[in-house]
Amino acid sequence: MSEFVMPSLGADMEAGTLLDWYIKPGDTVKRGDIVALVDTSKAEIEVEIFEDGVIDELVVPVGIRVPVGAVLATLHPVGAEVPAAVGAPAGPPRAAPAPPPAPAPPAPPIAVPTPPAPVAADGSHRLRVSPLARRVAEQLGVNLATVTGSGPGGAITRADVERTSTVAVPAPPETAATAPPPESIDRQAAMRAAIGALMARSKREIPHYYLQQEIDMSRAIEWLHETNLERPVNDRLLPSVLLLSAVARAAAEMPEMNGFWIDGEFRPGSGVHLGVAISLRGGGLVAPALHDADRKSLAEIMAGVRDLVQRARAGRLRSSEMSDPTFTVTNLGEHGVDLVHGVIYPPQVALVGFGAVRERPWAAGGMLGVRPTVVATLAADHRASDGHTGSRLLTLIDRQLQKPENL
Amino acid sequence: MTTEQDLRAIVISVLTEVAPDVDPAAIDPDTELVEQLDIDSMDFLNIVVAINERTGIEIPERDYPKLSTLNDAVGYLAHAQKQAAGA
Repeated sequence: MSEFVMPSLGADMEAGTLLDWYIKPGDTVKRGDIVALVDTSKAEIEVEIFEDGVIDELVVPVGIRVPVGAVLATLHPVGAEVPAAVGAPAGPPRAAPAPPPAPAPPAPPIAVPTPPAPVAADGSHRLRVSPLARRVAEQLGVNLATVTGSGPGGAITRADVERTSTVAVPAPPETAATAPPPESIDRQAAMRAAIGALMARSKREIPHYYLQQEIDMSRAIEWLHETNLERPVNDRLLPSVLLLSAVARAAAEMPEMNGFWIDGEFRPGSGVHLGVAISLRGGGLVAPALHDADRKSLAEIMAGVRDLVQRARAGRLRSSEMSDPTFTVTNLGEHGVDLVHGVIYPPQVALVGFGAVRERPWAAGGMLGVRPTVVATLAADHRASDGHTGSRLLTLIDRQLQKPENL
Repeated sequence: MTTEQDLRAIVISVLTEVAPDVDPAAIDPDTELVEQLDIDSMDFLNIVVAINERTGIEIPERDYPKLSTLNDAVGYLAHAQKQAAGA
């Protein structure tokens, strides 16, 4: 029997709230299946399971916040004997890795408003709760299992939560018609705090060094216009796709910069999973992984990025996308700046940034001309590499962009 | 043929899908959309794709700069439509 635990969905995550289960005891799952929805305070993430098997028990009920590493569910290999405990009521969330031998009932690992409700033997403990009601319940310390829903199909609404709450609920503040709802303000504040904490850690722990190189983009842009003439509007490529592909291929050639700094040593990534920095409307950003970007065609990168942007903004990223990036790329030039000095996303060891692609004076062969150029910058961890290594990476990126037909 | 008024409604509807937090009534018709709506090249491409889906008008990449404001975009589409009808 094995355990499915709350994954770390980024270095800034300490705990997550289980919002929904997409599986029930007895279901057969495959590695990579999306089995649960988890709120990390930054975003709602679709969590994938790590292995094949049959679900025995859902340990953590919906609505409960547990730390990273806590057991969420148990499963056994397909064809193996089913353990006797299947369908038994779930207790409070177990702490990971091993709970101390405490007298029963064990205390929940972190502050949970009230003990989780008993779970029906058939695992039918799913509550229908609106996301807003869930957040209000968390703020007010209301156990959702004690709330009677009055919404469609018995769904719990914000009003139901507030009625159940013994705490006086302040009247919602008067808001202008254009102001975002309170929920999105909470989300933004939480994201701001999470980004702040992670970036402070990066600047505190990582000895950054910075390099920059201006790259002639005339070949790349010319090639892009030509290929786009032949493509229907839906298949057109953006310049940023060429930049991402060039970085992915360069990173594949420089494994010493593609990976993580953990416990005082460098651990190379298994594959080049580019974290693509995506700014969210209304503030904040996420950098989900574009998996195996060095092996993808330009069309595949384009489709992948489009999908990531759409899901990042809709709040529907997957757990592997949050935890897998081995190298980050930020394309802040989209918003007009000439260059960006990035902050490394721990525990990664390097980040490449691109400014705006625009026409600039360019000297070549004793002549001054005008060409489209881009300034590529590298922020890298001096514990993992030296400037000499970093400069090779930027040179490789430049070289890739001079042969766009090979990308 | 779609009237200029309808084209304007289509463009505004597409813009607010890409930038859902923007009040359609607050869009200044003569200010650059990229700046005004805080959109990037992916958003812009999505706008071009959506306009194509709804009007059938194909906007070549070299014409992107001609759609920089709301008024420019509506004018461009009205012109493109006339040309297509006359061709």
